[in-house]
Amino acid sequence: MLEVKDITMRFGGLTAVGGASLKVDKGRIVGLIGPNGAGKTTLFAIIAGFLDPTAGRVIFEGSDITPLPAHERAKLGIARTFQIVQPFAGLDVRENIAVGAYLRHARAAEAHAKAEAVARRVGLGGDLDKQASSLTVAGRKRLELARALATEPKLLLLDEVLAGLNPSEIRDIVPVIRAIRDEGVTILMIEHVMQAVMNLCDEVYVLAQGKMIAQGTPREVCVDPHVVEAYLGKGAADRLRAEEASHA
Amino acid sequence: MYSLPIVAEAMLNGLLTGAVYALIALGLTLVYGVLHIINFAHGAFLTCAMFAVWLANTFLGLDPYLAILPLTLIFFAIGYAVQRFVIGPASHGDDGNILLITLGLSIVIENALLAGFRSDTRSLMTDYSFNVFEVGPLLISQARLFGFLGAVVVTGLLWLLLAATDTGKAIRAVAKEKLGARLVGINVSHVFAVTFGIGCATLAIAACLLMPTFYVNPRVGGAFVLVAFTIVVLGGMGSITGALIGGLFIGVVESLCGLFLGESLGQIGIFIIFILVLLFRPTGLFGARA
Amino acid sequence: MTRRGYLPILLVLAVLALLPFAVTSNVVLNFVVFVLIITLAAQGWNLLGGVGGQSSFGHAAFFGTGAYVSAILQVRFGINAWVATAVAVAAGAAVGWIIGFLSFRAGLRGSYFALVTLAFAEVLRILANAAGFTGGAAGLLMKLDVGFWNMQFTSRAAFLWLALGFVAVGLIVSQMIANSRFGAQLVAVRENEEAARALGVDVLSVKLKAITVSAALTAVAGCLYLQYFLYIDANIAYGLWISVEALLAPMVGGRGLVLGPIIGAFTLHGLGEASKLLAGRVPGIDLAAYGAVLILVVAFAPGGVLGLLRKLRFRSQPVAKTAEETA
Ligand SMILES: Nc1ncnc2c1ncn2[C@@H]1O[C@H](COP(=O)(O)OP(=O)(O)OP(=O)(O)O)[C@@H](O)[C@H]1O
Ligand SMILES: [Mg+2]
Repeated sequence: MLEVKDITMRFGGLTAVGGASLKVDKGRIVGLIGPNGAGKTTLFAIIAGFLDPTAGRVIFEGSDITPLPAHERAKLGIARTFQIVQPFAGLDVRENIAVGAYLRHARAAEAHAKAEAVARRVGLGGDLDKQASSLTVAGRKRLELARALATEPKLLLLDEVLAGLNPSEIRDIVPVIRAIRDEGVTILMIEHVMQAVMNLCDEVYVLAQGKMIAQGTPREVCVDPHVVEAYLGKGAADRLRAEEASHA
Repeated sequence: MYSLPIVAEAMLNGLLTGAVYALIALGLTLVYGVLHIINFAHGAFLTCAMFAVWLANTFLGLDPYLAILPLTLIFFAIGYAVQRFVIGPASHGDDGNILLITLGLSIVIENALLAGFRSDTRSLMTDYSFNVFEVGPLLISQARLFGFLGAVVVTGLLWLLLAATDTGKAIRAVAKEKLGARLVGINVSHVFAVTFGIGCATLAIAACLLMPTFYVNPRVGGAFVLVAFTIVVLGGMGSITGALIGGLFIGVVESLCGLFLGESLGQIGIFIIFILVLLFRPTGLFGARA
Repeated sequence: MTRRGYLPILLVLAVLALLPFAVTSNVVLNFVVFVLIITLAAQGWNLLGGVGGQSSFGHAAFFGTGAYVSAILQVRFGINAWVATAVAVAAGAAVGWIIGFLSFRAGLRGSYFALVTLAFAEVLRILANAAGFTGGAAGLLMKLDVGFWNMQFTSRAAFLWLALGFVAVGLIVSQMIANSRFGAQLVAVRENEEAARALGVDVLSVKLKAITVSAALTAVAGCLYLQYFLYIDANIAYGLWISVEALLAPMVGGRGLVLGPIIGAFTLHGLGEASKLLAGRVPGIDLAAYGAVLILVVAFAPGGVLGLLRKLRFRSQPVAKTAEETA
């Protein structure tokens, strides 16, 4: 469904992403993990059309969408959430979600009905008339998700929607994400919460310093020495390995 | 065709006017560089200062050049107070609000002056208003030459102030990184107000340098304000050397446009430059700052 | 659901329409007509600056284009007033689109957009002041020829109804936009452009649509001004005064709200008249009051008069609602 080919992104002298590729098959939940500053959000921005890559191509459903602007990609069915939530602060929850719903429903009544349905689905049914700015962190994350869902995407890009939530809030939202997938939406998610990654993802890509260093099932990736090294640094990884060896 | 001396004289006049333009733009660009706000009331403050010069001369018999010192201090205080007690608190830290508030201020000031002084145009009569230097075939107005020199000196002083004093360091720190400056214990609202005060003080100096050869009425600042914006945009928002070069350039452009297009179309060159720069090079032609 | 918001509009329109039956003083009727013309200009501004968040300092560009195109067509070419008005409004809209295309494509926002619009208006003012076919500095004087087909009326009441008719169109258009997809997208652009893009909003085209409709409304005001005063010059048509009026009224009445411009225009000019009564005929005193009101509104009542009213209403209601407001 989505293919990212050799994407490179430079900001001045800094190479945020250096020749990264990945593939997302229809109907799956694919994870994208990696240490802070690895370039994950940058890669998302490129897939969604918010940044023009220095090099590389983005293929969606067989066609090259690299030159398309963000709103065109949304029409094709790519929706993203923002790691730093971006609510329409002056609007209430219903109006926030309706902006997304208007993408496929021109009439106000339909868009509002759609917005309300989506709100209920992500657990914002009781907050429809609240100002977006008055929501809690968890509420805002749900709002990000709801707005993206309201565009009725084929591919949903979730950028750390679980970050900043407490364990019970995470427990509430994990089934929601799985249900979205079960209804046919393909999901690519950036996540630091490993428990959720293990739980949700069929496949995981690992990005470190702009390069894709590993790929596989969550279980495979977790024991991959490159990944451990990327997260903990070389010294720590070696020590860990040595410790494991001495335990064995 | 226009003969060379006429063009040369127009260019020279442009440079002389341009220096004062630069001085006016200096305050604007400084305020922009530090507070990141566009002070729409800049022209109105200039009008105020020009009236102050006129009042001091007419009622106290104070020579405009001697008025520089007291008026600079007074306008520093006014600017400080306006930023600290009006613009700062009223804007709630929102850029759009600041623009609207300074627009409001400019309307209040301009019309208060209109109510107080009516729309009459006034000018000063000093004994040196008409003195000239002869340089070859060219006549240079003495007072305008002083204006030019004054503007260059003030630009230099301001640069020194920013580069070499503690206040200057604090101002630069705030301009670069507001939050960081606050964390190391700099009182940011104080620095903002000081900057705004300096901006107004440069206007007082500009007014003193302008008045011997210029006139004042309640709307006169409006004519300068877009010119000053143009210079600031051209020179790169926040750049002091940019303001100086931009000011001189705009002075020459205006003067030449006036020569070639006639009085009524003379100013159009400035606005067209302004629009083109904003549309195509919003970082400015001379300044490197983004 | 989509019928929402029309009742207060009808109420306001009814009160104003009935006014000539209650008041015959020409001073009052003149005042109302003038304020209605300002209201139209302000409705234009409100769509772009209030709903869309793109504050313009140069709506004079549209007002003046409306007035000048209509005047030139009538004076120089003898074209019927209604036809001239229609063409002039289209011309105003076109100027809006062009200015919008240039500035929005260049990514100008906030203060930069405000200043560039101001500069465009100034360029037009200088050109109109210098060119021959605009009458130059002397301006354009229309022939007095009263009659419906010339859009000239001896009765103030008749002109009031004409202006009110246009204001009604402005109100209804604004309300329709507020209830529509375009309105929702425009508000989204104001609140957060990035987020709007992510949701499939074509930001550039939404802004262009907004500035075009906005310019058209303000151009109507210019045409009406011409028909009422029968004279324009560059400083009237393209002057900063009308850019400021168009901006002030919605700010004072309630930025982005359908009734904001009309409420604000009447509040402001009411205040202006009051300050003239209090301070005598001192020039500038009413404008100084406007400036002060603008500062006060930004500082203490960002929602304008309508925002204040809403707050008062919530305060007088049971506690539950207030608690939610402050939450
Ligand atoms: N617009 C930009 N201009 C310059 N540098 C940028 C820009 N956006 C991102 N970067 C840099 O690119 C690198 C990758 O950033 P990115 O936000 O993609 O990381 P990330 O993997 O999402 O990290 P995190 O887990 O912290 O969200 C960082 O070093 C960041 O500072
Ligand atoms: Mg990130």
